[in-house]
Amino acid sequence: MARQKVPPTQALTLTIDDQTVTAKPGQTVMDVASEHGIDIPHLCYLDGLSIWGACRLCVVEVEGQRRLFSACSTEVAEGMVVSTDSPRLRHYRKVIVEMLFAERNHICAVCVSNGHCELQAMAQRLGVDHIHIPYLNPQLSVDSSHDRFRLDHHRCIVCTRCVRVCAEVEGASTKGMAGRGIMARIINDLNEPWGDSQTCTSCGKCVHVCPTGALVEKGTAAAEMQKRRQFLPYLTVMRDNNHD
Amino acid sequence: MNTETLEEMAAKERAAASEIPVRLNVCASTSCLSRGADELTKTLNKQLRTAKQTKQCKVRSVGCMGLCAKGPMVEIECPAKPADDPESRQLLRGVTVEDADELLEHAMSGRKFERLDWPTDTPFFTRQHRIVLENSGLIDPERIEDYIARGGYAGLVKALTEYTPSQVIDEVARSGLRGRGGGGFPTGIKWATVAKSDGDRKYVICNADEGDPGAFMDRSVLDSDPHRVLEGMITAGYAVGASHAYIYVRGEYPLAILRLKRAINQAKRIGVLGTNLCDTPFAFDVEIRLGAGAFVCGEETALIASIEGRRGTPRPRPPYPASYGLWGKPTLINNVETFANIPWIMRHGGDALAAIGTERSKGTKVFALAGTIVNNGLIEVPMGITLREIVEEIGEGVPDGKAFKAVQTGGPSGGCIPAEHLDMPVDYESLVKAGSIMGSGGMVVMDETSNMVDVARFFMEFCKDESCGKCIPCRVGTSVMLDLLEKLCKKEAAPRDLELLKELCDVVRSTSLCGLGQTAPNPVLSTLRYFEDEYESALQPADEHGYALPVLQHT
Ligand SMILES: Cc1cc2nc3c(=O)[nH]c(=O)nc-3n(C[C@H](O)[C@H](O)[C@H](O)COP(=O)(O)O)c2cc1C
Ligand code: SF4
Repeated sequence: MARQKVPPTQALTLTIDDQTVTAKPGQTVMDVASEHGIDIPHLCYLDGLSIWGACRLCVVEVEGQRRLFSACSTEVAEGMVVSTDSPRLRHYRKVIVEMLFAERNHICAVCVSNGHCELQAMAQRLGVDHIHIPYLNPQLSVDSSHDRFRLDHHRCIVCTRCVRVCAEVEGASTKGMAGRGIMARIINDLNEPWGDSQTCTSCGKCVHVCPTGALVEKGTAAAEMQKRRQFLPYLTVMRDNNHD
Repeated sequence: MNTETLEEMAAKERAAASEIPVRLNVCASTSCLSRGADELTKTLNKQLRTAKQTKQCKVRSVGCMGLCAKGPMVEIECPAKPADDPESRQLLRGVTVEDADELLEHAMSGRKFERLDWPTDTPFFTRQHRIVLENSGLIDPERIEDYIARGGYAGLVKALTEYTPSQVIDEVARSGLRGRGGGGFPTGIKWATVAKSDGDRKYVICNADEGDPGAFMDRSVLDSDPHRVLEGMITAGYAVGASHAYIYVRGEYPLAILRLKRAINQAKRIGVLGTNLCDTPFAFDVEIRLGAGAFVCGEETALIASIEGRRGTPRPRPPYPASYGLWGKPTLINNVETFANIPWIMRHGGDALAAIGTERSKGTKVFALAGTIVNNGLIEVPMGITLREIVEEIGEGVPDGKAFKAVQTGGPSGGCIPAEHLDMPVDYESLVKAGSIMGSGGMVVMDETSNMVDVARFFMEFCKDESCGKCIPCRVGTSVMLDLLEKLCKKEAAPRDLELLKELCDVVRSTSLCGLGQTAPNPVLSTLRYFEDEYESALQPADEHGYALPVLQHT
């Protein structure tokens, strides 16, 4: 009998860090790795928001390919051999985190997010014990015009989680970006004070998806700002159901 | 539209041309216009009218003749004389309004205009091989009839009426054409991928964002022969099954935009754009989109975001635009010069293009020759020509008796190639092996007085300014690398700084999201490779850890 065509929805088999794993077509390397207990470092990726692919911490090696691929954006393929950890990758990730510390003014000791910060945790995880890149020491502003929240550009890593959650989950699209390169900034509406925003619903999602002390609730002292992210899966599930 | 009507139009046009004894072809490209070509045309026309000689002599506006630095260029053409008669054409350079009387006098009397003569039997002209620029300087870019008289749209009509879409793709694949936008991806394979991708709608995009500093190849093609790009795009649309196209032109090219608009209207009028092209069910329409001056918007995914009305930042690939492009649909995106090769391929066959060039780089490449070189301008040369032939023969070498030092290709993504590699053939692989890239066609010649650390600094500054800021390695890395290079240029750097520069080159190249960041270290890496002594000699004395020794201040 002639061989049947394989339907395209069949499961795939691939190797991640010497583990043979199965996956559904369309899943990303990040999805499949985390299903199998492999936590690939990442900062801009957040389950439930659209893929951004910008922090570059999740870059992985794929056998037979010279360049690196970001795990959050790369779909799995049959027979793929992925390595998520190697001395080379560890070195790159460390330098990238150092770059973030050098880029803006992250003074953990006086930061409201001290102890609850994803950037700080990432630096600890990757063994960043000092910064060997010269600090850029930019002069930045703080927007405290909102009743309840504060945007502190000194602590921002431009991951755009706030921009995405505001547009994709809350539907307000208050947050946006202005400037390019080292001048890239998070803005509210058309670069207006947050407190003047007509679109902001004050839902606070941006604050709670922010990995650092860039978006915080007012009235918190150093090390007091704990983010709450429990709501996110529910909202995205609700949103997905509404679309069906 | 069919082959007969097209030939009829061409014959009529040629007959009309041969009735006029003398034609004065004035370059109406951006560069010559900025040197007063427009004023010259007006003056010539006025004087001809006053002298009632408009029947004997006609002034035409034509495209770029290549020698942009010597403009305004004018050619005296006598269509009645056979084309191979050297006296049928004379090229003049630097013609100004003051020369109008003298020019007309010579043109009408048939005497040679010695004073402004520019010989065309020099290597600058004879060593070129013109395919993409075959009509540049010969036709009026604002008249579709001129284009048709030179065989324009014949390739498209042939493709639509005699070929199936997959035969068109075969022809392009056989030609060996590779993308001229920088990457050098095989065009035939790209077309086949888009053709095979599922989608209820597909798009064709022409990338005319040309952002490399000093590059003007694409502008010149659009200024001089816009129909050629349209014809290439329509052919591509037929081949991949797309019915809608965009040309993304940078806003700084007003003339190119104007001529494209006119070309689109003319093409609609004669029925090569619109619905039921060549009496087939195929329909195609082209829209212009303007870029707002960001280099990164030339990157294909950023360009697509920009067309969609979003912030022009790249996104990770895969998925590639061929499967997930504009509005999520399969999208073919090619460079201006890539499309401009297509009409020639359809007319002469893929094998004809494959006969030119090297094993893996076929056809020709247009370069914008600039820097310290005698002949600045636009040239089209066969692939495989050596750098020495370009620099020393076509460019006629470095002026003022200075010594050649290096040639920079590929713009901010490329590298500097030193004198010892001048005999290297110009093809995609050889250039990469030498630490540079083909790029889109910028070629800057540098003499012995240039400081290579400063050259690297210049390109790093460009990359830092143009980085979109999306990904960390490029955003922060280019900024820190620029600081280090500035320190080196001021001779304030320590060995530690050079080490850090090298380390950052590796990180930024390997981890950046898009081509801008991935190639931003190239100018540094290539100058380090060939001119490391210039970096070393810029260093401060240091301790055993590589830190600069403190400067003792005596009071
Ligand atoms: C930063 C950056 C800028 C680019 N700019 C251009 C450009 O100005 N014009 C162009 O044709 N391609 C440019 N490209 C290449 C495009 O992404 C794309 O590869 C090209 O348009 C494909 O066309 P081709 O296959 O015909 O070369 C750029 C790429 C990068 C990474
Ligand atoms: S490499 Fe540079 S230009 Fe490209 S996405 Fe990253 S920041 Fe933007």
